[in-house]
Amino acid sequence: METKRQYEVVFIVDPTVDDEVARLTDNFKQVVVDQGGSVTKAESMGKRQLAYEILHKKEGTFVLMEIEGSGREIAELERRMRVNDRVLRYLTVRVDEDRRRAEKLKGRRQAKAAKRSASSSQSRRGPAVEFADANGE
Amino acid sequence: MSANYEDRPRGGGGYEADDDQDRRSMGGRGGRRIHRRRVCRFCIDKVDLIDFKDVRLLLNYLPERGKILPRRISGNCATHQRMLAEAIKRARNIALLPYTTD
Repeated sequence: METKRQYEVVFIVDPTVDDEVARLTDNFKQVVVDQGGSVTKAESMGKRQLAYEILHKKEGTFVLMEIEGSGREIAELERRMRVNDRVLRYLTVRVDEDRRRAEKLKGRRQAKAAKRSASSSQSRRGPAVEFADANGE
Repeated sequence: MSANYEDRPRGGGGYEADDDQDRRSMGGRGGRRIHRRRVCRFCIDKVDLIDFKDVRLLLNYLPERGKILPRRISGNCATHQRMLAEAIKRARNIALLPYTTD
Protein backbone atom coordinates (compact mmCIF):
# COMPACT_ATOMS: atom_id res chain seq x y z
CA MET A 1 0.00 0.00 0.00
CA GLU A 2 1.42 3.25 -1.11
CA THR A 3 -0.93 5.64 0.63
CA LYS A 4 0.45 7.24 3.75
CA ARG A 5 -1.29 6.57 6.99
CA GLN A 6 -1.87 9.28 9.51
CA TYR A 7 -1.62 8.74 13.22
CA GLU A 8 -2.15 10.72 16.34
CA VAL A 9 0.06 9.72 19.20
CA VAL A 10 -0.55 11.08 22.67
CA PHE A 11 1.84 10.25 25.46
CA ILE A 12 2.09 11.29 29.07
CA VAL A 13 5.44 12.22 30.52
CA ASP A 14 6.26 12.22 34.19
CA PRO A 15 6.09 15.91 35.13
CA THR A 16 8.70 15.68 37.88
CA VAL A 17 11.38 15.80 35.20
CA ASP A 18 10.28 19.11 33.66
CA ASP A 19 12.84 20.07 31.09
CA GLU A 20 13.05 16.53 29.81
CA VAL A 21 9.80 16.85 27.85
CA ALA A 22 11.16 18.86 24.92
CA ARG A 23 14.23 16.68 24.68
CA LEU A 24 12.18 13.51 24.82
CA THR A 25 9.82 14.79 22.14
CA ASP A 26 12.73 15.64 19.87
CA ASN A 27 14.14 12.21 20.52
CA PHE A 28 10.89 10.54 19.48
CA LYS A 29 10.65 12.76 16.42
CA GLN A 30 14.08 11.57 15.40
CA VAL A 31 12.97 7.97 15.81
CA VAL A 32 10.05 8.53 13.47
CA VAL A 33 12.17 10.25 10.87
CA ASP A 34 14.80 7.53 11.03
CA GLN A 35 12.13 4.95 10.27
CA GLY A 36 10.97 6.86 7.22
CA GLY A 37 7.94 8.62 8.66
CA SER A 38 7.29 12.31 9.03
CA VAL A 39 6.07 14.30 11.99
CA THR A 40 3.45 16.81 10.90
CA LYS A 41 2.77 18.19 14.34
CA ALA A 42 4.28 17.91 17.78
CA GLU A 43 2.90 20.00 20.57
CA SER A 44 2.62 19.88 24.28
CA MET A 45 -0.89 19.86 25.67
CA GLY A 46 0.55 21.05 28.96
CA LYS A 47 0.55 19.65 32.45
CA ARG A 48 -2.76 18.17 33.40
CA GLN A 49 -4.35 16.35 36.25
CA LEU A 50 -4.65 12.64 35.48
CA ALA A 51 -8.17 11.26 35.79
CA TYR A 52 -6.71 8.39 37.81
CA GLU A 53 -3.33 7.58 39.28
CA ILE A 54 -0.73 5.99 37.08
CA LEU A 55 2.27 4.64 38.97
CA HIS A 56 1.15 6.71 41.97
CA LYS A 57 1.36 9.90 39.97
CA LYS A 58 -1.52 12.32 39.81
CA GLU A 59 -0.23 14.69 37.19
CA GLY A 60 1.36 14.38 33.82
CA THR A 61 2.55 16.38 30.86
CA PHE A 62 0.61 15.46 27.75
CA VAL A 63 2.28 15.59 24.37
CA LEU A 64 0.47 15.23 21.07
CA MET A 65 2.24 14.16 17.90
CA GLU A 66 0.80 13.74 14.45
CA ILE A 67 2.70 11.30 12.32
CA GLU A 68 2.48 10.30 8.71
CA GLY A 69 4.00 7.11 7.45
CA SER A 70 3.71 3.44 6.71
CA GLY A 71 3.16 2.16 10.23
CA ARG A 72 6.65 0.81 10.79
CA GLU A 73 7.72 3.96 12.62
CA ILE A 74 4.76 3.58 14.95
CA ALA A 75 5.92 0.14 15.96
CA GLU A 76 9.38 1.46 16.78
CA LEU A 77 8.04 4.54 18.52
CA GLU A 78 5.74 2.47 20.69
CA ARG A 79 8.58 0.14 21.57
CA ARG A 80 10.70 3.09 22.66
CA MET A 81 7.89 4.54 24.71
CA ARG A 82 7.21 1.21 26.37
CA VAL A 83 10.82 0.95 27.41
CA ASN A 84 11.10 4.53 28.61
CA ASP A 85 10.27 4.91 32.30
CA ARG A 86 9.38 8.56 31.99
CA VAL A 87 6.51 7.86 29.63
CA LEU A 88 3.60 6.97 31.86
CA ARG A 89 1.13 6.12 29.14
CA TYR A 90 0.75 6.41 25.40
CA LEU A 91 -2.09 6.05 22.93
CA THR A 92 -1.87 5.79 19.16
CA VAL A 93 -4.91 6.35 17.00
CA ARG A 94 -5.00 5.95 13.26
CA VAL A 95 -6.92 8.93 11.98
CA ASP A 96 -6.71 8.98 8.19
CA GLU A 97 -9.67 6.68 7.60
CA ASP A 98 -11.97 8.56 9.94
CA ARG A 99 -10.88 11.87 8.51
CA ARG A 100 -11.50 10.69 4.99
CA ARG A 101 -14.93 9.51 6.02
CA ALA A 102 -15.70 12.85 7.64
CA GLU A 103 -14.54 14.62 4.52
CA LYS A 104 -16.83 12.47 2.41
CA LEU A 105 -19.82 13.17 4.60
CA LYS A 106 -19.09 16.85 4.47
CA GLY A 107 -18.86 16.76 0.69
CA ARG A 108 -22.10 14.87 0.44
CA ARG A 109 -23.83 17.35 2.68
CA GLN A 110 -22.60 20.25 0.59
CA ALA A 111 -23.69 18.55 -2.61
CA LYS A 112 -27.10 17.99 -1.12
CA ALA A 113 -27.39 21.61 -0.04
CA ALA A 114 -26.31 22.77 -3.49
CA LYS A 115 -28.85 20.51 -5.12
CA ARG A 116 -31.58 21.69 -2.85
CA SER A 117 -30.96 25.36 -3.58
CA ALA A 118 -30.72 24.59 -7.30
CA SER A 119 -33.99 22.67 -7.39
CA SER A 120 -35.82 25.33 -5.39
CA SER A 121 -34.74 28.03 -7.81
CA GLN A 122 -35.87 25.84 -10.67
CA SER A 123 -39.35 25.31 -9.27
CA ARG A 124 -39.70 29.05 -8.89
CA ARG A 125 -39.36 29.38 -12.63
CA GLY A 126 -42.54 27.38 -13.13
CA PRO A 127 -43.41 24.09 -14.81
CA ALA A 128 -43.35 25.41 -18.37
CA VAL A 129 -39.68 26.33 -18.20
CA GLU A 130 -38.81 23.06 -16.55
CA PHE A 131 -40.47 21.19 -19.39
CA ALA A 132 -38.49 23.17 -21.93
CA ASP A 133 -35.28 22.32 -20.08
CA ALA A 134 -36.10 18.63 -20.18
CA ASN A 135 -36.70 18.81 -23.93
CA GLY A 136 -33.45 20.58 -24.49
CA GLU A 137 -31.38 17.76 -23.03
CA MET B 1 -30.19 15.05 8.78
CA SER B 2 -32.58 17.60 10.10
CA ALA B 3 -33.97 18.11 13.55
CA ASN B 4 -37.26 16.42 14.11
CA TYR B 5 -39.42 19.07 15.66
CA GLU B 6 -42.56 16.97 15.40
CA ASP B 7 -41.69 14.96 18.45
CA ARG B 8 -41.55 17.97 20.67
CA PRO B 9 -42.67 17.17 24.23
CA ARG B 10 -45.99 18.68 25.06
CA GLY B 11 -44.98 20.37 28.27
CA GLY B 12 -41.56 21.30 27.08
CA GLY B 13 -40.29 24.78 27.00
CA GLY B 14 -36.69 25.59 27.77
CA TYR B 15 -35.25 22.15 27.30
CA GLU B 16 -32.38 23.59 25.39
CA ALA B 17 -30.29 25.29 28.04
CA ASP B 18 -31.09 23.29 31.15
CA ASP B 19 -30.92 19.94 29.47
CA ASP B 20 -28.03 18.64 31.57
CA GLN B 21 -29.63 19.72 34.75
CA ASP B 22 -32.85 18.07 33.73
CA ARG B 23 -31.18 14.81 32.97
CA ARG B 24 -29.47 14.65 36.29
CA SER B 25 -32.57 15.27 38.31
CA MET B 26 -34.44 12.55 36.48
CA GLY B 27 -33.80 9.87 39.10
CA GLY B 28 -35.57 11.96 41.66
CA ARG B 29 -38.88 12.00 39.86
CA GLY B 30 -39.83 8.49 40.78
CA GLY B 31 -41.79 6.52 38.24
CA ARG B 32 -42.95 9.37 36.10
CA ARG B 33 -41.72 9.11 32.61
CA ILE B 34 -40.32 12.25 31.13
CA HIS B 35 -40.75 12.82 27.48
CA ARG B 36 -37.98 14.77 25.99
CA ARG B 37 -37.04 15.79 22.55
CA ARG B 38 -35.15 12.90 21.00
CA VAL B 39 -32.72 14.72 18.84
CA CYS B 40 -29.07 14.04 18.31
CA ARG B 41 -27.02 17.09 19.20
CA PHE B 42 -24.20 16.00 16.95
CA CYS B 43 -26.51 15.73 13.96
CA ILE B 44 -27.75 19.26 14.53
CA ASP B 45 -24.21 20.56 14.78
CA LYS B 46 -23.20 18.39 11.82
CA VAL B 47 -20.30 16.77 13.63
CA ASP B 48 -18.39 14.21 11.57
CA LEU B 49 -15.61 13.46 13.99
CA ILE B 50 -15.59 13.33 17.77
CA ASP B 51 -12.15 14.02 19.13
CA PHE B 52 -11.07 12.06 22.18
CA LYS B 53 -8.99 15.03 23.34
CA ASP B 54 -12.04 17.28 23.66
CA VAL B 55 -12.59 16.57 27.33
CA ARG B 56 -15.06 19.36 27.87
CA LEU B 57 -17.40 17.94 25.23
CA LEU B 58 -17.08 14.38 26.44
CA LEU B 59 -17.82 15.31 30.04
CA ASN B 60 -21.34 16.28 29.00
CA TYR B 61 -21.99 12.61 28.35
CA LEU B 62 -20.35 11.31 31.50
CA PRO B 63 -22.56 11.63 34.57
CA GLU B 64 -21.10 11.69 38.09
CA ARG B 65 -20.50 8.00 38.26
CA GLY B 66 -18.34 8.14 35.14
CA LYS B 67 -20.49 5.86 33.03
CA ILE B 68 -21.30 6.67 29.44
CA LEU B 69 -24.71 8.27 29.18
CA PRO B 70 -27.02 5.91 27.31
CA ARG B 71 -28.56 7.20 24.16
CA ARG B 72 -32.08 6.61 25.35
CA ILE B 73 -31.41 9.56 27.62
CA SER B 74 -29.13 11.74 25.55
CA GLY B 75 -31.14 11.15 22.38
CA ASN B 76 -28.03 10.66 20.26
CA CYS B 77 -28.34 8.80 16.99
CA ALA B 78 -26.63 5.42 16.72
CA THR B 79 -23.78 6.68 14.57
CA HIS B 80 -22.87 9.51 16.87
CA GLN B 81 -23.33 7.46 20.03
CA ARG B 82 -20.84 4.99 18.63
CA MET B 83 -18.36 7.73 17.83
CA LEU B 84 -18.88 9.24 21.25
CA ALA B 85 -18.41 5.93 23.06
CA GLU B 86 -15.22 5.30 21.14
CA ALA B 87 -13.90 8.76 21.98
CA ILE B 88 -14.73 8.37 25.66
CA LYS B 89 -12.98 5.01 25.82
CA ARG B 90 -9.88 6.46 24.20
CA ALA B 91 -9.90 9.37 26.59
CA ARG B 92 -10.17 6.96 29.51
CA ASN B 93 -7.21 5.00 28.30
CA ILE B 94 -4.99 8.07 28.28
CA ALA B 95 -6.23 9.27 31.69
CA LEU B 96 -8.16 12.26 30.40
CA LEU B 97 -11.36 10.78 31.76
CA PRO B 98 -11.97 8.42 34.65
CA TYR B 99 -13.02 4.81 34.31
CA THR B 100 -14.91 5.07 37.58
CA THR B 101 -15.43 7.65 40.23
CA ASP B 102 -16.36 6.72 43.76
